[in-house]
Amino acid sequence: MSTNGAGPLIEVRHVKKYFPIRKGVLQREVARVHAVDDVSFEVREGETLGLVGESGCGKSTLGRTIVRLLEPTEGKIIFRGHEIERLGHRGLRPLRREMQMVFQDPYASLNPRKRVGSIIGDPLKIHSIGNRESRKKQVEELLDTVGLSPEHYNRFPHEFSGGQRQRIGIARALALRPKLIVADEPVSALDVSIQSQMLNLLEDLQNEFQLTYIFIAHDLGVVRHVSDRIAVMYLGKLVELSPAEELYQRPIMPYTEALLSAVPIPDPDLARKRERIVLEGDVPSPINPPSGCRFHPRCRYATEICREVEPPLADYGNGHLAACHHPLNVDAATLATVHAAPESPREADEAALPQDSSGESHPPG
Amino acid sequence: MAERLLEVNDLTVDFTTEDGVVHAVGGVSFTLDRGQVLGIVGESGSGKSVTAMTVMGLTRDINARFGGEVLYQGRDLLEISDTEMQNYRGNEIGMIFQDPMTSLNPVYRIGEQIVEAIQAHEHVDKRIAQKRAVELLRQVGIPNPESRVDDFPHQFSGGMRQRAMIAMALSCNPSILIADEPTTALDVTIQAQIVELIAKLKDDFNSAVIMITHDLGVVADIADEILVMYAGRVVERAQTRDLFYDPQMPYTWGLLGSIPRLDRPRPERLHSIKGAPPSLINLPQGCKFRPRCPHAFEKCTQEPGLENRVETPGHLDRCWLDVEYKRAHRDDAISGGASEAA
Repeated sequence: MSTNGAGPLIEVRHVKKYFPIRKGVLQREVARVHAVDDVSFEVREGETLGLVGESGCGKSTLGRTIVRLLEPTEGKIIFRGHEIERLGHRGLRPLRREMQMVFQDPYASLNPRKRVGSIIGDPLKIHSIGNRESRKKQVEELLDTVGLSPEHYNRFPHEFSGGQRQRIGIARALALRPKLIVADEPVSALDVSIQSQMLNLLEDLQNEFQLTYIFIAHDLGVVRHVSDRIAVMYLGKLVELSPAEELYQRPIMPYTEALLSAVPIPDPDLARKRERIVLEGDVPSPINPPSGCRFHPRCRYATEICREVEPPLADYGNGHLAACHHPLNVDAATLATVHAAPESPREADEAALPQDSSGESHPPG
Repeated sequence: MAERLLEVNDLTVDFTTEDGVVHAVGGVSFTLDRGQVLGIVGESGSGKSVTAMTVMGLTRDINARFGGEVLYQGRDLLEISDTEMQNYRGNEIGMIFQDPMTSLNPVYRIGEQIVEAIQAHEHVDKRIAQKRAVELLRQVGIPNPESRVDDFPHQFSGGMRQRAMIAMALSCNPSILIADEPTTALDVTIQAQIVELIAKLKDDFNSAVIMITHDLGVVADIADEILVMYAGRVVERAQTRDLFYDPQMPYTWGLLGSIPRLDRPRPERLHSIKGAPPSLINLPQGCKFRPRCPHAFEKCTQEPGLENRVETPGHLDRCWLDVEYKRAHRDDAISGGASEAA
């Protein structure tokens, strides 16, 4: 679904976001939540980057940091050539027109006391675009674009179903004709039949308005459908980044393999036949993340080195990066050409490139 | 022949509200035998949760009107008094809810909540109940149950809370476990763990399970039989394999086609069912799916009965279309035209 993309629209370089935990009268910082821990990637113009991971992996925090709803603790965010990580309110204002967000919960993300007309029209008003009449006309056009009726202008959010509310949220994000939309789990609160309507709508809008999406979700089926490339996060780290189809054909990181095998398949025979890798336990606490590779306590291939050395993001060619000491689905020839990618976290040991591949592994399905 | 535990016949549930009468459930029938897993699939507002809650006696309210019967081992649960219902609820039929965050009391320890459930139904010593709570937590896979039993809900992760809920539902050894969207709020990896756990516990406790979900994928590998509900009605009922490989209702096709699937090439576009489910106050005439159905014709203004129209006995549907016509046309809807993406 990508248009002919040019250079990167946004670059994320070694971004960290830590949240302090304060205690006592003096509110001293006693610990930090390592929500996003040295993540780098870029998003090209017109593409859709899927961002997946379990809850608590930092994908939402990263999304919010990118649109600068949060300030990164460290690192650089470069949007169309401008560094935006330290901009203040005033500096950010023109940028707000270019990046917008669609939120997960269509019930919580619309102000119940405002009418649809002002929910969608306020961004235009804030940026003083047009006059009252032209704004109204624009809002009605937007309602039409997202599949609602212009007569809905004067209604309140509670008069709409979940799917319709999500359309209102999308119309609001579109109002300022942004370049980038960060969609944070935009369909996970919706029914299946409405989900597919929404995914098709997002696809149409991307073509119509040349949008770039960062699509955050935990459902790998949905992400595969919309994405050109997919980034997998685990406990604040980027562990794999790959062209969408390739990730599903040949996952390199064992965590990705496990995630894929957990996706339910609506086909009883296939579902019974396939091997499911059930991950033991939960995601560890991001306050004290495990040493070395953060996935090692739950990984079935983990060895000594995984406990001690953080693996670098290695480049397996074709834009497929993965951070693992025991990569899957990689042959010896590819393994010989592997080198550390510039996206690697600074703390990772760049010399610790994978030596062996864990051999046969079964692609999902 | 396994023991018949539950038989629901022509159940109707109406709620009187300010806006009019909501016809939440309009004539649902099914049976459940010991050892069986029944999947009930439908979107929000299809009546799947109301059906389950009515079986549990949780919809009893001054504004609710019931019809039909809910026979638990021959006894009609709609007829018995609230106090009698208490003996069934929890003891005979246990329930797990969707949201493990809100269904546990945040100010009581996990163990206390399980002990309370046990003591509500059985006269046992607190120490014994406490021991059983630890044992239950072990059975649902909580590590270090001896110490975790004294934790508060906020100290548990989402998956562990759902496990604790399951432990509580199983505390009185019920014959039927109703799981209402038990995995919707959880991550895929945790979802797989919980589904596996429910299937295993069903065997350990020799019980039956009703699994309610909106996701056909979740029930594909554990359900024996599936009911597809739409607008308060069962629109298709079949053994699991028949439902997936020979679906008869266009609504079921739509549900199957709406899921982005990992086992197939990515389609250019996802199939989607146009429109939204109807209001339960003003239901459409005839087939309730007619306004959204691309195959609707004149006859659909009369509501079709839930009947067996295919060779397989026990496969029922509510659709007037000719079976052969459907078999020839449904693939478009299910695979979304299955054109491979470039």
